[in-house]
Amino acid sequence: MDRLNADNYKSEFENLLREKTEELQQRLKEGELTEAVAVIKALQDARDQILYNEVGRLTRGLHTAIHNFHIDYEGSSSVSSDMPESLSGMKDATDRLDFVVKMTEKAANTTLDLVEEGMPVANSIGQEVRELRVRWKKLIDRDLSAEEFRALYWEMDEFLTKTDTKSSKLYDQFSQILLAQDFQDLTGQVIQKVTSLVKDVESSLVDLIFMASQVESITGIVHKVDAKVVEVDPNQGHGPQVVESETEEVMSNQDDVDDLLSSLGF
Amino acid sequence: MDKNMKILVVDDFSTMRRIIKNLLRDLGFTNTAEADDGSSAWPMLQNGDYDFLVTDWNMPGMTGIELLQKVRADDRLKTLPVLMVTAEAKRDQIVAAAQAGVNGYVVKPFTAAALKEKIEKIFERVDNP
Repeated sequence: MDRLNADNYKSEFENLLREKTEELQQRLKEGELTEAVAVIKALQDARDQILYNEVGRLTRGLHTAIHNFHIDYEGSSSVSSDMPESLSGMKDATDRLDFVVKMTEKAANTTLDLVEEGMPVANSIGQEVRELRVRWKKLIDRDLSAEEFRALYWEMDEFLTKTDTKSSKLYDQFSQILLAQDFQDLTGQVIQKVTSLVKDVESSLVDLIFMASQVESITGIVHKVDAKVVEVDPNQGHGPQVVESETEEVMSNQDDVDDLLSSLGF
Repeated sequence: MDKNMKILVVDDFSTMRRIIKNLLRDLGFTNTAEADDGSSAWPMLQNGDYDFLVTDWNMPGMTGIELLQKVRADDRLKTLPVLMVTAEAKRDQIVAAAQAGVNGYVVKPFTAAALKEKIEKIFERVDNP
């Protein structure tokens, strides 16, 4: 909307400029110097007025952009009410992203804890089975003494009870791991909010740049644009590839990396 | 390959260190230590007799590639086998790591099988040069 208004202002000024220039030429041709000066004066006033409006809009736009940058949690209504309380105190995107880092770390640690607890349980079941199997085979082969058979009889009973307990424990750990994945929902919501914030800020800034360019064209400011080359330290990493790349420059999987390394003599 | 060899795992994310340590344990390597970036890993490498270094690339402080360069420039450590486990997958970076003298390169996300294969390959070469 702002952009439309700005265009109107600009074309209005252009029309005025064209109109008045013709009038100015006419006046000068006819030797009406006083009137000609009055036309120049009117032109100047119009330009000042538009400039004044544009600077006003620019200031307002800047203000909005800054304001948008600090969207408070309380002010945003689209957040669902079942968000944890710890979210309500958040004031800006940095806090929100810190929250995401903490949530994901906590979930990863919970999952790792449960996996580390569960692995030995699964292992011990396997070990007991392997031991029992040796003697079970002897039983099948009718190679077991009466005494060995009695021992196996009770051990099998104990094994069944223990395995029952262990399988419930494993099942319980699996369901806790399942629950630990709820971070995805919460962090997903937070990240989506930050993404829309970034988009808002981006469009505010684009509007600002556009308004500034209006002021420049009316005042006749021309400035050189220095294409600043940002130096990248090759030792600093780029982080994970977020968008799957089709280019030769980025390896999309381990096989590509291996191919590249083997082409280098690895 | 000596299963008792001393391994240093360097990554700035504690969960990634845990995952790598767990995978290493599954492969039979239990003698592991951790550091959260190159600067904390360096004194550990200097003081401890590590047999193998597993490092991430992108870390605050000293990065993995800087650590690798430092290791290769050090008289005592220059032959230490180094495996890079990282999300950095740009061609230039892999080439740079290879030139810096990395022994293996695993891109995240990775599988237990990929890690195992790379470690075995590294020690095959170290043991039979």
